[in-house]
Amino acid sequence: MSGAGRAEVCVVACAEAWRGDGEILASPMGLVPTAGARLAKLTFSPELLLTDGEATLVADVPALGAPARVAEGWLPFRRHLALAAGGKRHVMMGASQLDRHGNQNISRIGGPERPARQLLGVRGATVNTLNHPTSYWIPRHTPRVLVERVDMVCGVGYDRAAAAGPSATRFHGIRCVVTDLAVLDFERPDRTMRVRSLHPGVTAEEVRAATGFPLDVPADVPRTRMPTAGELRLIREVIDPDGLRAREVRA
Amino acid sequence: MTADEAVSRLESGMTVGIGGWGSRRKPMALVRALLRSDVRDLTVVSCGGPDVGLLAAAGRIRKLVAAFTTLDSIPLEPHFRAARQRGELELMELDEAMILWGLTAAAHRLPFLPVRAGLGSDLMTAGGLRTVTSPYEDGEEFAAVPALTLDVALVHLNRADARGNAQYLGPDPYFDDLFCEAAREAYVSCERVVATAEFAPAGGPQTLLVRRHCVSGVVEAHGGAHFTSCVPDYGRDEAFQAAYAEAAADPAAWREFTGRFLSGDEGAYRAAVADFTGEAA
Repeated sequence: MSGAGRAEVCVVACAEAWRGDGEILASPMGLVPTAGARLAKLTFSPELLLTDGEATLVADVPALGAPARVAEGWLPFRRHLALAAGGKRHVMMGASQLDRHGNQNISRIGGPERPARQLLGVRGATVNTLNHPTSYWIPRHTPRVLVERVDMVCGVGYDRAAAAGPSATRFHGIRCVVTDLAVLDFERPDRTMRVRSLHPGVTAEEVRAATGFPLDVPADVPRTRMPTAGELRLIREVIDPDGLRAREVRA
Repeated sequence: MTADEAVSRLESGMTVGIGGWGSRRKPMALVRALLRSDVRDLTVVSCGGPDVGLLAAAGRIRKLVAAFTTLDSIPLEPHFRAARQRGELELMELDEAMILWGLTAAAHRLPFLPVRAGLGSDLMTAGGLRTVTSPYEDGEEFAAVPALTLDVALVHLNRADARGNAQYLGPDPYFDDLFCEAAREAYVSCERVVATAEFAPAGGPQTLLVRRHCVSGVVEAHGGAHFTSCVPDYGRDEAFQAAYAEAAADPAAWREFTGRFLSGDEGAYRAAVADFTGEAA
């Protein structure tokens, strides 16, 4: 089996987000996080709950784009929201903008009255970030996404949660940010973003240049780990035989 | 009653809740009837999809209360985007959980319900939301989501009887029962009006989502959720939705789409859709 490509490194980095989470719902948004959650369930986190993206908890792990065959539970949107509020969940959301404190925007670019670009809307970003672990997937790491200040705070970052008080911080926690260049986290005393690992072949300069705020890249920053041979086989033959992951990550 | 009769009970300026979710089981026949009426200046509460898009394109919405507006398989609703970017649509943005609890508060005749969602986000100031402090030892402070009390709810289900009991047969009830309970009047369209005795063979009692005491009228509308999904009766019409989204991107194309599909009654709509599907086949 040939060496892993960038998309496969990203799938494994996303899978790592759910390591050690136990029996909670993994909610991936996007193809690469979905492949990652399935890889985690097939390898080091078998207790994870997964859905079919609609109202069913599924017991089997189908390929991307293929239907699940074994239903193990019912999770319509209203029960999904109750599960989120109950905390037994770890979501990996996308972000149109994300700042150094982990504030995320998926609603609009520009002001509230007449936005330059109206996007999706807040969806469940606040219920997610205030109630259970949240991670982010950024398929294209650029200064337009990783910005100094987001135009609207949907997902709540560390500074805004702290300012809002104990009810906001009680269950708040941003685990990691996986991009096509690096894995980032907030494991510093001031809870601002730093690079946890650089993907193989990526330089610190490249990541700094692709980030819209000064970014801490420790001198001894490690490399994101490569997929094992077993993980590569699962990604290529079981989870994503059609190679859909390439739609999200540049080669 | 007919969809046009149901819509004739609506008045301009009302607060209207629209059931379904994104591009799923939307009461599209009722929305199309709204487009044929002269009702405008609406406050719309919706888990938004093409219902919001069509009403926004026709300039009927003064204010939208929503957590998102999407076509699901096409992430961004083009008419909603355009209306927002032209500054035509006031948006009160709430988290999905706030929509759920706002409707629940209204159904329970409470002025608000507390949620953790929203704290620290820009929803608090933009929506003018206030907080409420727990009177117990924890002393926690929460967002107080105001009741989303509706003048009218419009929902679409798979089956209903003539008295207004209604049954969903798909995987998700969405918030349709809450929309009906939060409203002074609710109008239910359905794929088929059936005898009450036909409910039980189709599904267990938990599929009987909407109860007749909060329903003011029933409309039989075969294909009444088109082009959104109404499983198991039919899935989303992806080809038609793609044509809708494409037409929305260009004023001339949208005039042509409106002329072809939205200038007649529901029968004309279904005939035009049948032609479209035949052409695509």
